[in-house]
Amino acid sequence: MKHVLAILVENKAGALTRISGLFSRRGFNIENIAVGETVTPGIARMTITVEGSDPVIEQVMKQLHKLVNVLKVSNLSKEPSVMRELVLIKVRAETGSRSDIQQIVETFRGKVVDVSPDSMIIEVTGTEDKIEAIKMMLDHFGIREIVRTGKVALLRGAKITREA
Amino acid sequence: MMKEKMLKGSAMILKALELEGVDQVFGYPGGAVLSLYNQLYDSSLKHLLVRHEQAAVHAADGYARVTGQPGVVFATSGPGATNLVTGIATAYMDSVPLVLITGQVASRFIGTDAFQEADITGITLPITKHNYLVKDIKELPFILSEAFYLASTGRRGPVLIDIPKDVFDQEAPFAYDQKCHIAGYNPTYSGHAGQVNRAVKEIRDARRPVIFGGGGLIRSSADQALRELAETAKIPVILSLMGLGAFPGDNGLFLGMPGMHGSVAANYALTETDLIIAAGVRFDDRVTGKLDSFAEKAKIIHIDIDPAEIGKNVMADIPIVGDVRLVLEDLLRKLKPGDTGKWLKQIESWQEKYPLPLGSKKVERGLLPQFVIRELSRLSEPNTIVATDVGQHQMWTAQHFIVRTPKRFLTSGGLGTMGYGFPAAIGARFAAPEHRVLCITGDGSFQMNIQELATVVNNNLDLTIALINNRSLGMVRQWQEFFYEKRYSHTLLAESPDFVKVAEAYGVKALRAVTEEEATRAIEEAYQLKGPVLIDFVVNPGENVYPMVAPNHPINQIITGGDL
Ligand SMILES: Cc1ncc(C[n+]2csc(CCOP(=O)(O)OP(=O)(O)O)c2C)c(N)n1
Repeated sequence: MKHVLAILVENKAGALTRISGLFSRRGFNIENIAVGETVTPGIARMTITVEGSDPVIEQVMKQLHKLVNVLKVSNLSKEPSVMRELVLIKVRAETGSRSDIQQIVETFRGKVVDVSPDSMIIEVTGTEDKIEAIKMMLDHFGIREIVRTGKVALLRGAKITREA
Repeated sequence: MMKEKMLKGSAMILKALELEGVDQVFGYPGGAVLSLYNQLYDSSLKHLLVRHEQAAVHAADGYARVTGQPGVVFATSGPGATNLVTGIATAYMDSVPLVLITGQVASRFIGTDAFQEADITGITLPITKHNYLVKDIKELPFILSEAFYLASTGRRGPVLIDIPKDVFDQEAPFAYDQKCHIAGYNPTYSGHAGQVNRAVKEIRDARRPVIFGGGGLIRSSADQALRELAETAKIPVILSLMGLGAFPGDNGLFLGMPGMHGSVAANYALTETDLIIAAGVRFDDRVTGKLDSFAEKAKIIHIDIDPAEIGKNVMADIPIVGDVRLVLEDLLRKLKPGDTGKWLKQIESWQEKYPLPLGSKKVERGLLPQFVIRELSRLSEPNTIVATDVGQHQMWTAQHFIVRTPKRFLTSGGLGTMGYGFPAAIGARFAAPEHRVLCITGDGSFQMNIQELATVVNNNLDLTIALINNRSLGMVRQWQEFFYEKRYSHTLLAESPDFVKVAEAYGVKALRAVTEEEATRAIEEAYQLKGPVLIDFVVNPGENVYPMVAPNHPINQIITGGDL
């Protein structure tokens, strides 16, 4: 099963290496990873999607917690949360296929953010399912390049993931 | 907080060591630490000059295992720092507190592949509890105090501080606060009361309980509590290699070590038990054998300071995160002993039926290594510190040398580092000046740090080196005999030097023993002498370590050996 972990970490030299190193060293597979600053200066938030059974994830979390720079680890898959990922897709788009593509993009509430004579860049935000679905739809026009931010997530409601 | 004084980096380090109560460090100089060594020149801090940086770490490690305080190491950048790696990994695996200070190339050269530059914080990331690269002299005071705090609290471990050459000479205000607060670091010390109560109930209801203890007992000084628990509730005790000494080796409730070379009684007990009280152990594969068939009938109470150890290899029914000593003391206050009488009888009959094998009888009775270890044990005072290397002699020592008190048996359990024993013994020498220090090594292992003969001579260290010379890399040879059709690929060391002559060339007194009588006499003689002594015990090369459980086999499938 896939788990989405939120990790609050002191933004110090080497902190991110420590975290990613821990995953590879202990044989845990990172599916994707997103990093950015938080509202607290000096503290970054990593969102890591990792595949594994419950005991494996528990071990991952405990090992992460042992890293001195790590302040908080929580498993957002265990609670109601909003998860999103942003993707840019460069798709082959000759004059004949443009309106078809446009229609797909609209259905998925995406945006066309660049157009050239034979290609378009499409921006979509959404859950993993949605992104897989639009990818599938666009595949047949020819996807030339794709870039994803990795999943980010927040707990639903007023609850927040805090350092302490 | 003391008044802030301006200090140079080098001076800050020595001042911090003084405040931490460190009076002995181990190290080796070089370009990047010239300033530190210059500062040391007129300091009262004692520094032991080794002959290889690896030996400095092992010595500091031996020192730390005996004193319980962090061992401190100095080394230069590049090769000096990389030479520390094996020692750091050894200490990390066995949870030994160390503070390592390495020089680094000057700040402006970092990242340029400068002369003697190595990214030692990167290299040691997976083998340190934490590490630091000091980029600003203003950070050095709090980094020093954090390093000591981290190394010596929670689950102990090595912490490395890498300091660029220029930072040693920069000045900043020095305020030192030993009670530092680290946001992401809050070890749990006292066990959860509810869980402790559940444990009490399980102990009361168990009919075949065992205590299985490890190195955590020693690091947390839980030996008294352990003994009280075992004796009050009449529960037999099994100790992992790392735990030896936490319970008296000659106590009637002691079953020895479990696992691959454990006693039959210990392995049978772990197989048949209905309750394991696991204290400061991590269920290493050398202990559990095939995991699926390990302790199938048992409930497990698992006490450890490191939550990540609980549920890592075996699932615990009652997990208790906390300092083992505090948790055991808490258990003791609430303890309701159960009835273990029948169980103890059962165990006794196993012990009678399967005593430790003393070696093969067939051979034209050369000297048996098992005999040598037993003689060393018999002739050593109870508080003798014994440091081993890695291999057959290590397992024989674990089996046959009676360790009665904690912090007296030093061995590389987790990493299995050949070359550990001799320098660790050197460190122990400084940690316990009033006690005998004995290093039991093999002809393979000894040659991995043999250069330290110079160190022991230069410092005239009282220390006995018992070389169990079987002219082979015995433990590997044994595996080749058992599992690789006796194809002894690169394990026979026929070309070894004459160790007596080598020792003498360094100025170390040396004796040789080839018979039992000579062995006994040599030990007695060596124990009378001052200064370093080496005894070359020329033993029967074909001996194997029994009992043995083949790797990844259930631990009750035991090879007990042919001619016992
Ligand atoms: C640094 C290192 N290299 C290799 C090994 C693998 N190894 C384990 S035991 C052993 C043989 C040790 O030989 P010796 O020190 O003579 O001890 P003996 O087994 O003969 O008692 C070897 C090579 C190791 N543990 N450590």
